[in-house]
Amino acid sequence: MIALLLFLVPLIGGLLTFLPNKSGMARSLALGSALLSLAGVIAGLTLFKQPLYWEFDAEWLQTLGSRFSLKGDAMGMLMSLLTSIGVLLAVLGSWNNDVQGSNRFYGLLLWMQAGMMVVFLASDALLFYFGWELALIPAYFLCSIWGGEKRIAVTFKFFIYTFVGSVLMLIGLIYLQSLTPNHSFQMQAFRNLEIPESKQVWLFWLFFLAFAIKVPVFPFHTWQPDTYEQSPTTVTMLLSGVMVKMGLVAMIRWMLPILGIGVFIWSDVVICLSVIGILYASLIAIRQDDLKRLIAYSSIAHMGLTVAALFSLSGFSNNSNVVLQYHQVGFQGILLQLFSHGINILGMWLLADRIERRFGTRKLSELGGLARTAPTFTIFFLLIAFANIALPLTNAFPGEFLQFNALFHAQSPYRFVFLVLAGLGVILSAIYTLNMVRRIFFGETNQATENGLRLSTAECLALSLVVGLILVFGVYPQAVLDFTNDFSREYVKAIDITRFLAK
Amino acid sequence: MNLLLLAAFWGVLMMFISLSGRSHATIRLIAQVGMGLLFLSTLAEMQGFLIYDLKAAEMFAMDRYGLVMLSVLSGCGFLYFLLSGRDMANVGSDYSEYFSLIFFIFCGFVLVLSFTSLLMLFLGIEIVTIPLYILTGSDKRNLKSNEASLKYFLLGAFSTGLMLMGIALIYGARGTFSTMEVVGASGIPTRLLLGGLFLMFFSLAFKVSAAPFHFWTPDVYDGAPTVFTSFMATLVKVAAFAGFLRLFDHAFGSLKTTWQIWAGAVAVLTLIIGNITAVYQQSVKRLLAYSSIAQAGFMMLGLYGLGDGAREGMVLYAASYSLATIAIFSVLTRMNDYTIEGFNGLAKKDPWIAGILAVCLLSLAGIPLTAGFLAKFYMLQAALSAKYGLVVVVIAVLMAAVSVYYYFRVLQAMYFRAAEEGAQFPAFSTGFKRVLTLIAILILVLGIQPGLLLHYLYF
Repeated sequence: MIALLLFLVPLIGGLLTFLPNKSGMARSLALGSALLSLAGVIAGLTLFKQPLYWEFDAEWLQTLGSRFSLKGDAMGMLMSLLTSIGVLLAVLGSWNNDVQGSNRFYGLLLWMQAGMMVVFLASDALLFYFGWELALIPAYFLCSIWGGEKRIAVTFKFFIYTFVGSVLMLIGLIYLQSLTPNHSFQMQAFRNLEIPESKQVWLFWLFFLAFAIKVPVFPFHTWQPDTYEQSPTTVTMLLSGVMVKMGLVAMIRWMLPILGIGVFIWSDVVICLSVIGILYASLIAIRQDDLKRLIAYSSIAHMGLTVAALFSLSGFSNNSNVVLQYHQVGFQGILLQLFSHGINILGMWLLADRIERRFGTRKLSELGGLARTAPTFTIFFLLIAFANIALPLTNAFPGEFLQFNALFHAQSPYRFVFLVLAGLGVILSAIYTLNMVRRIFFGETNQATENGLRLSTAECLALSLVVGLILVFGVYPQAVLDFTNDFSREYVKAIDITRFLAK
Repeated sequence: MNLLLLAAFWGVLMMFISLSGRSHATIRLIAQVGMGLLFLSTLAEMQGFLIYDLKAAEMFAMDRYGLVMLSVLSGCGFLYFLLSGRDMANVGSDYSEYFSLIFFIFCGFVLVLSFTSLLMLFLGIEIVTIPLYILTGSDKRNLKSNEASLKYFLLGAFSTGLMLMGIALIYGARGTFSTMEVVGASGIPTRLLLGGLFLMFFSLAFKVSAAPFHFWTPDVYDGAPTVFTSFMATLVKVAAFAGFLRLFDHAFGSLKTTWQIWAGAVAVLTLIIGNITAVYQQSVKRLLAYSSIAQAGFMMLGLYGLGDGAREGMVLYAASYSLATIAIFSVLTRMNDYTIEGFNGLAKKDPWIAGILAVCLLSLAGIPLTAGFLAKFYMLQAALSAKYGLVVVVIAVLMAAVSVYYYFRVLQAMYFRAAEEGAQFPAFSTGFKRVLTLIAILILVLGIQPGLLLHYLYF
């Protein structure tokens, strides 16, 4: 029931928001819907956490073998929590922006949420595909109508990129469906398939391209900095905080357990690409003068590490418990990082948006000295920046640490090279993040920054929420680790390819 | 068979009404009522009600599939009359005759969908195309319309020749016109039979404007009066495809191995040429002409794949493609400026119309939640199971991504660009908007629950 509600609340909320024309009404409705979904998730995490409440199954496209089935496992629950927090922050962050046509804006925002919820919770491949596109179309309209100067061309590039990826994935899905004995799109049916190695080798790419474009993995990332820069920041928050995670969740759910051998064959290539991505994006981030682009590249680098860690889990354990244990811990780190990175980057965008609206510029070279004139803002910014570097006691640290651990225990012969190069990414991230902090907050004030910056109540609330989460999960990540423990143990067994090799 | 009798009767009726000198409104009303009756009579026939039990002497026999297809065609025809009936008056003075010709074309549809003899296929195709030559040239004082008509007529006559030649060769090989017997029990074709088969393949590929037989399409569609282009590009094309599929499924299905690869090649070529050329168009009318070629490529995939999935997909494709294209054309007919820039800022001026057009464009592009997606989905699924299916399907989806490019150009013009100074948009009446809304709802409902239409194939 909870799973269905999480889809229906934003869908209906979006519909209601779309209708009224009175200004101010739309944002209140959107806030209501966002709060309601968050309340739903929290209720689902505390009171109703039995699987029974998180499952929903109904007849749908019978002739095609597809059912409307949602199922919230630990990862799905975590991601739906992130989604509802993300939407809440997006609404709060844009509370004082005078959005033109606010009913359409918030309506589309909520529909995007509905799509993402479907992606995170679907256990039917075709339903998953529907959600994948349902999230994309509102995002396309949001960016193209409310974005920056070059929005039309940039968003179009983003759309075409993602669309090409997703239609290739569609072929993969249809192909897998044709292999299942009763022509079903159910996830379990896919997982039971035993696909010969010769087919997995190319099936892998049909799926990987779609997900790699979304994440994005180098060299499929070229849409991302432009889109993040040109989109309205509220939308960028959801794009980078939540939507990007769709790619990773999809890899976790629809690739590793189904195409285990294909993933194993190509894992070195993928890790290699990710590591290149980490270094490349970090180096570019150092040279950026535009705040939004800097955050965009930093996001590529962080996601690169997560993808590398994820693909280093692929391998055979020979049923050794020690190896499985390593894999499990690494996987838990990935889940933790999915959540933490979402929270951190949401906070980053809130701050960037505030700076842009107050000073009318995103250029680091035109800012400076804010530490003296806007101390509260500085404290918030510093805390979130530390989380971006993954300093200990922030939420990003345990996740990143466990990911490096996973990379270290990978079965690739090049794992040390990968580890060292990816480790450089941490140093580079400290360089560009601290450099950004220095240029915004220290040095001389100029005419613009002299008068400081005041945060409204809504913004304070949003930022406090982010910082609170950063500190809580920084000090006590065990909460998430405990929560994902059982799920991860099952999962690493499911992706272990020992069972295929035995045959 | 209800539809055949009613359509023939109504065609004659419309001809005589023109002599009585009734007003345009009356003529239009009679035509709309007639088309509504065609639709209802087809539905009634599905329930087993026949006006008159026609003994066709094994020349044609209606089956479930044909009936569903016919109800889609007549239903879309009804919506087409409601939307565009008024605009036909602007073409020329023979208002009533235009309707009459369209009713005769529907007679042809029946034959194309129910033939069991090759002669009936030939007759059906001719009954469909000869009125079309006239409709294409109906804007008599327009040189482009005349040129289009002549071009269509000459090339059409040539392809008809090919078809006759094909039928003759098949008759020479087997001594029969019956689709049940043209391929012998042995299943091993003679050269004569193969020659006939391929001649028919080429000729039908011409009729559905599949590449490399598509060259007439853009000029004819562009030259013909826009209201009739809408009809040609949708219902006629879809019906021709249904006939194509019927012939190669029923009669030549057992020789699949010989022609399947050619169907795949034609599909790929059609997709590539249609989509890539559409990208360069500036006029929405020409863009839709090329898009219709591209969509034909997708329908060819159904022929290439063959099977239950392909047949279901063809019905869904017929509905989704016709609905969306008819809706876009009906708005286009009333626009003052046919270029893509002419749509700039439409969303500000008339958000309702723009929203409906957006749904239609998304459906044509094959975005999920619209009928167009599921139609393409069925076709891909059918094609994937065929030999070399994977290559064909990958090309098809890449071309679908290209199609997103040009459909979205219209979408971008409507939503993201401001109208030019002094740009005039036509006023749309409430009734017109209601019909368009109905179309949009149909597209969305079929995109979520295609079973509502497809279950008629079986029950």
